[in-house]
Amino acid sequence: MNSKKEHPCQQVSISEDSYTIIEKEQLAKRTICKMIIEAPLIARKARAGQFIILRVNETGERVPMTITEKDPAKGTITIYFQVVGKTTALMRNMKVGERFKDVVGPLGQPDEIEKIGKVVMVGGGTGTAVLYHITQAYRALDNYLVGIIGARDKDLIILQKEMGALCDELIVTTDDGSSGQKGLVTEALNNYLKTSHDVRLVWAIGPLAMMKAVSAITRPFQIKTMVSLNPIMVDGTGMCGCCRVTVGGKIRFACVDGPSFNGHLVDYDELLKRKGMYLNQERESLLFSVR
Amino acid sequence: MEQKTQAEKINRQKMPEQNVSSRIRNFDEVPLGYDPQTAQREASRCIMCKNPKCVEGCPVEIDIPAFVKLIKEGKFLEAIYKIKEKNALPAVCGRVCPQEDQCEKMCLLGLKGEPVGIGNLERFAADYEYTQPLAEVKKPTSPTGHKAAVVGSGPSGLTVAADLALLGHEVTIFEALHEPGGVLIYGIPEFRLPKAIVKREIDYLKSLGVKVFNNMIIGKIFTVDELFDRGFEAVYLGVGAGLPVFMGIPGENLNGILSANEFLSRVNLMKGYEFPDTDTPVYVGNHVAVIGGGNVAMDCARTSLRLGAKRVTVLYRRSRREMPARLDEVIRAEEEGIIFHYLTNPIRYLSNEQNWVKAIECIRMELAEPDESGRRNVIPIAGSEQTIEFDTVLVAVGAGANPVLSSTTPDLKLNSRGYYIADPVTGLTSKPRVFAGGDIVTGSATVISAMGAGRRSAQAIHKMLMGIQDTPTTD
Repeated sequence: MNSKKEHPCQQVSISEDSYTIIEKEQLAKRTICKMIIEAPLIARKARAGQFIILRVNETGERVPMTITEKDPAKGTITIYFQVVGKTTALMRNMKVGERFKDVVGPLGQPDEIEKIGKVVMVGGGTGTAVLYHITQAYRALDNYLVGIIGARDKDLIILQKEMGALCDELIVTTDDGSSGQKGLVTEALNNYLKTSHDVRLVWAIGPLAMMKAVSAITRPFQIKTMVSLNPIMVDGTGMCGCCRVTVGGKIRFACVDGPSFNGHLVDYDELLKRKGMYLNQERESLLFSVR
Repeated sequence: MEQKTQAEKINRQKMPEQNVSSRIRNFDEVPLGYDPQTAQREASRCIMCKNPKCVEGCPVEIDIPAFVKLIKEGKFLEAIYKIKEKNALPAVCGRVCPQEDQCEKMCLLGLKGEPVGIGNLERFAADYEYTQPLAEVKKPTSPTGHKAAVVGSGPSGLTVAADLALLGHEVTIFEALHEPGGVLIYGIPEFRLPKAIVKREIDYLKSLGVKVFNNMIIGKIFTVDELFDRGFEAVYLGVGAGLPVFMGIPGENLNGILSANEFLSRVNLMKGYEFPDTDTPVYVGNHVAVIGGGNVAMDCARTSLRLGAKRVTVLYRRSRREMPARLDEVIRAEEEGIIFHYLTNPIRYLSNEQNWVKAIECIRMELAEPDESGRRNVIPIAGSEQTIEFDTVLVAVGAGANPVLSSTTPDLKLNSRGYYIADPVTGLTSKPRVFAGGDIVTGSATVISAMGAGRRSAQAIHKMLMGIQDTPTTD
């Protein structure tokens, strides 16, 4: 429990947050979009690891988005998203000054962040944006941080400068070698763990396959590994059970028990299959919207 | 006495319904309501008992003979005002209350024949009001200057809010979802309770001055203590049960197996039946199994049918007699072609290569002697396993207590199953000035029992706010 307890003074009124887009920036060859959204109540409460659920409009679906950054003073939160379906496509077309229909949060368990020593933060693709908020929290407690972030090529790397400012060491990997080391973040991690024996904790956030691979790498080293999962959700308050994952043989709900879990206990294969449950409909929705 | 003989001659007036072949293809309401003449005819059946038992059967004690008499006399608006003295949600209750177990069960006419259609008449009066120009809203008594927060906008929260507002308090509702109404919005399907009606009832609350904030999860955005810090003097927790129960049998995480809550939320809250005009998909295969025998199970079964399932089967571990669902709903489900396998319980799910459910292995059950509660237990019959093919399974075996609020409210005492402990009369919890009612106290129950709890809590909150000290509390 790292965050300073903010005194619930009356500075932010209980009126519905406006959810207005304050800033918007396209990154990584326009595959990733960064948005700063006005949500003062959420900004005041959000802690590392938590997420929001938003709706674009009256017919919109409820989409979970991890909070990458918050600014309680300005009353804003920052999200990063990749355009993967209809909702994210609609979001990319939204302009500064436009409003989301609904934003609810902060959701999920905040991560319990301690001062423990050397922590390796591994981020793949947009996962780096999720990792960033958690990295900030570890930085605040003066841990020794090793960042390993990767993407297919140098243009797809996000938050390199920001992660570099937080980490004591930063390793960048690209599949094609256009920046940093050629190869995958998992290879860089494996090499690092072979030479550095005082790593106390590894965080891995990215595609499921990457988090699964990281967990496999750290297991023989017996290093505690945390991952952040993003299964399909509907309400995000524990009501529907759509986001259930098997962790250590038990059913857990990512929305209220997570989204962060011990990576060595997660049943990734089941989660990967569950994520594909609505693939056909998601495609239909996207096609329908462009017709 | 002359009136009595005359009354008994008229049979209970049936409410017209959409016929089966068309209704299974749409989400429109099934029962269509009384016209004024039919309502008056039905109302004339009431024998106006001196000591009306029906009122005792009503958890919110509506003056039933009085409103029925007003309908008989054609004073329809006066009838609805009479109901609204006790019930803030008559259009809802007239549709979803289990009248056969409450007011109508107590009706003397029911001893020899059929009871007065009290629920149908309540619905008629409520619907009639909305065909009229907006009536003068009964203004709250002069403002008291006291502030109360209501967490959750389901039946109990709405009732507390309405009652407190009418007593002159300033009421703010915090709703977690993007639309207020709780189970009335996300749970009960359009064909049983049109969402326009829920909106109407909420607009009525707003006209009483109640503020409604959506997208506010108390326990996350504010703790209960922070609500007090912000000037609220009483907090009512009507958050609902809100946690789906799974059976814990092998294969339950396969694709195609959903909780009833997820399925109904996708359809009702997210309007998944209009996909792709709306963005939330809902999947229904050809052969749907619904596990459970309550109203939620009936809603799941009938919704699946309307979404195009070819065969919908309810698997229930007891027999038809023990089903907790309202008989009316069971009969409608049967009429619509839902198949019922009684005394049948799933023991594991089998999958295809793509991790989708393809069949359920079930076991036959037999009824044992009733336990202390009078409910008959069931025991599996060894060797009776059989496998039935299904490609969608909806698990409707009940709900548990959602921990989101309680986990951030350490001084709120819970029972062993995580439900809030509250005084049965006042709803006062272990936390001073915090009251609770509805499913989060009792476990899954009915809309009207949650409303009854809300009504009693509103009285207790009112007394507390006004410093009226005539009721002992649990403090």
